[in-house]
Amino acid sequence: MNLSRNPDATPAEASASRGGGNLGDQLFRILTAVFAGLTVLVLAAMALQMLRTSAASLKAFGWGFLTSRDWDPVLDAYGALPYIFGTLASSLIALAIALPVALGTAIYLAELAPLWVRRPLGILVELLAAIPSVIYGLWGIFVMSPWLRETIQPFFQKTLGWTPFFSGVPRGFGMMAGCLVLAIMILPTIASVSRDVLLAVPNTIREGALALGATRWEMVRKAVLPCAKSGILGAVILGLGRALGETMAVTMVIGNRADISWSMFGPGHSLASVIANEYAEASGDLHLSALTELGLILFGVTLLLNIVARILIWRVSRGPAGARN
Amino acid sequence: MDGYLRRKTFDILARWGSLAMVLVALVPLIAVLGYLVMKGAGGLSWAFFTQLPKPVGEVGGGMANALTGSAILVGLACLIGLPVGILGGIYLAEFGDNAFGKVVRFCADVMSGVPSIAVGIFVYGLVVLSMRRFSALAGAIALAILMQPIVMRTTEELLRLVPMTLREAGLALGLPKWRVILGVVLRTGASGIATGIMLAIARVAGETAPLLFTAFGSRFISLKLDQPMGSLPVQIYTYAVSPYEDWHRQAWAAALVLVGLVLALNLLARVLTRQPGQGR
Amino acid sequence: MNTLTLPSPTAFRTSVTDESVLDEAGHAESTLQVTAGTKIRAEDVNAWFGKAHVLKDISLDIAERRATALIGPSGCGKSTFIRCLNRLHEVVPGARYKGRILLDGEDIYHRALDPVLLRRRVGMVFQRPNPFPTLSIRDNVLAGWKLAGQRPKDPDGLVERSLRQAALWDEVKDVLNRSGSSLSGGQQQRLCIARALALEPEVLLMDEPCSALDPIATAKVEELIHELKERYTIVIVTHSMQQAARVSDFTAFLYLGELVEFNTTEAIFTRPANQRTEDYITGRFG
Repeated sequence: MNLSRNPDATPAEASASRGGGNLGDQLFRILTAVFAGLTVLVLAAMALQMLRTSAASLKAFGWGFLTSRDWDPVLDAYGALPYIFGTLASSLIALAIALPVALGTAIYLAELAPLWVRRPLGILVELLAAIPSVIYGLWGIFVMSPWLRETIQPFFQKTLGWTPFFSGVPRGFGMMAGCLVLAIMILPTIASVSRDVLLAVPNTIREGALALGATRWEMVRKAVLPCAKSGILGAVILGLGRALGETMAVTMVIGNRADISWSMFGPGHSLASVIANEYAEASGDLHLSALTELGLILFGVTLLLNIVARILIWRVSRGPAGARN
Repeated sequence: MDGYLRRKTFDILARWGSLAMVLVALVPLIAVLGYLVMKGAGGLSWAFFTQLPKPVGEVGGGMANALTGSAILVGLACLIGLPVGILGGIYLAEFGDNAFGKVVRFCADVMSGVPSIAVGIFVYGLVVLSMRRFSALAGAIALAILMQPIVMRTTEELLRLVPMTLREAGLALGLPKWRVILGVVLRTGASGIATGIMLAIARVAGETAPLLFTAFGSRFISLKLDQPMGSLPVQIYTYAVSPYEDWHRQAWAAALVLVGLVLALNLLARVLTRQPGQGR
Repeated sequence: MNTLTLPSPTAFRTSVTDESVLDEAGHAESTLQVTAGTKIRAEDVNAWFGKAHVLKDISLDIAERRATALIGPSGCGKSTFIRCLNRLHEVVPGARYKGRILLDGEDIYHRALDPVLLRRRVGMVFQRPNPFPTLSIRDNVLAGWKLAGQRPKDPDGLVERSLRQAALWDEVKDVLNRSGSSLSGGQQQRLCIARALALEPEVLLMDEPCSALDPIATAKVEELIHELKERYTIVIVTHSMQQAARVSDFTAFLYLGELVEFNTTEAIFTRPANQRTEDYITGRFG
């Protein structure tokens, strides 16, 4: 039995350097490799399967699918535009609301909080992410929407009702509710990842800035944050990805009407929520195919965003531009 | 010092400002949990846990179907997803420093960002259409697919933490490598893997979207895996969007139970994990 | 307990003799033709990291416009002590401090003195060069000003002066806009020195500035210290005794958090009064 001669080798490197090994080991290795490979298989199968099911819709509508506003199961005419609009609008606005809060939280947790408070506070923020979507939806229906309808929306109507964004009758349910609940749900994602990115910035940068006579805030803003920039961007993109795919809470408060309108008070719809509403009882193959195509769009976009985000975050955790020596 | 006061003021404002952001972030947490307790506690009763739902419109009844349904679905998902996840994680940690390993890791990370409803669509096409009906099996498979990447990555990370010297000690005793991994390495990393499992269960226990068209839902308790099965999150959703006051009350109670379970698992897992590098 | 009698400030102002003279306590009284005042005086400095007592009653005088070296084996507290001089020690969570440190007679730990202002008078260069990777060479030199949101009069002139003082100007004058981390290790360290000098401090603290550098870069930095000594008070921590012998005027030997001996460099290395000092410099331990 060959023992690895390098005490610092990873177990995988040691396995590779070892010669044949007995049958039991080889079988074990193959077994575990198969199971690991299932991940790849499932991902590929998902993509293929969705492509296959949405083939009919792709063929029938082509690119026009993305720009059409029709959605009529009776006439078998389908278009994705209202749902794309709803998903994009709700996610981007949610991002705008969540970003300052999440960044401020991350900075506080990573740089400014007293030591004893960091872990418990960090756990609390992560608990926000653990609450299931349907619970936020429930709370959204019975607590947040009435509050919006009775307090917040009338306020906006009085002050900014002349703009197209706050026109119409305050109903509680609708785009504003959807954006708010999404913001609450993506906030912990952005905050935790940003905090981890900030913690990865080497301490020597902080000390260098402090030694030059910077205040704590100047150190954070002008020395630490610039190093963490791309990682934080990655965190934001991860949050955006999460917002795009969020289903239950959104469908419970957004009104579920395929409207495209400027007003925050009006109802809306999103890709995920229409799938949730109609998939189980889809009337006919084309209907199902169109819904699957919506799912494909969602899948493809979140996949892409995820890849970009991980590259950005991976770059920062490897350290800011290293020195030549 | 010129501008010193300005700098000092900014410093203080920024500190208080970021603290304020943290408090703002915690407001929804407190609000949600507070209302859950307020509105949900009243609905909890013996009947709630043991009775089946009454026919539509009638007051009373309980959620025994959803509670048992969730237990069966999550249990079955664990049976499918845990071995795949743990063995996959073992591969990545012990043999996976190669191109294949990189691809697997990449796919796992990507999978954890995919909307769960897309997984539902996949399982619908794969299982529901083949079986020509909604089924508990389909629901469990969907949950297993969601659970697997989390378990795999956690297992990998934990096994990597086990020092090389431990493996060598096992090998030096004449054990074949696979026995060393299962007997020594796994056992050492067991508590960490257990917390990973807890987090994975907490995550899938609350999943609703993929179950909407796989397990679908049922008013009855059944052990048949090829029939539709109710689950707690789906029932909460159905009750919440219905027009019946009594169902709303039950939805809050069910939500309290679900959140209680999920948060308990989460807190337990996080408190048990000593995360290095989170305090400076 | 350490009851060392240290050379008082007046000892800095005596004349040279060739022989060492032992006073009643058996400590060498070294004499040196120098007129230098005390820039920093440390009185009974104690420091802790959590429960670990890392500095024990250190009392020391740093002479103005001279180089004072702190030597001793790893873990003896020399880095901790130097970080007390610019109050960077307290930034570490769990760190505690007790004692007095006087800069030009004023206690730097006085409540009313903001460390932010102190650190403009007392600059620091670290063990590993740490230029800001997102800033250009020019902006790195001006970083001390930029961080404070201030603009110096004649920034270009300041950049040139600082880089010249750090003996880096000729090498980078044409590439000032390149990233700070595109330089070699030795150049980066001189950039960090220039950055510290751009704030026109009175004291420059150097925490093992050459330990991450190759011998050629080290020689350049040591040469630099000889020139900088004429304008700035330098306190340098070094694990290399040869370096201490080469660049410093005074040397303090610390061991396990205590000050064992403090004297002119010449005296420490040729006529150490304490047996432990002699053991250390002859390489019997450490």
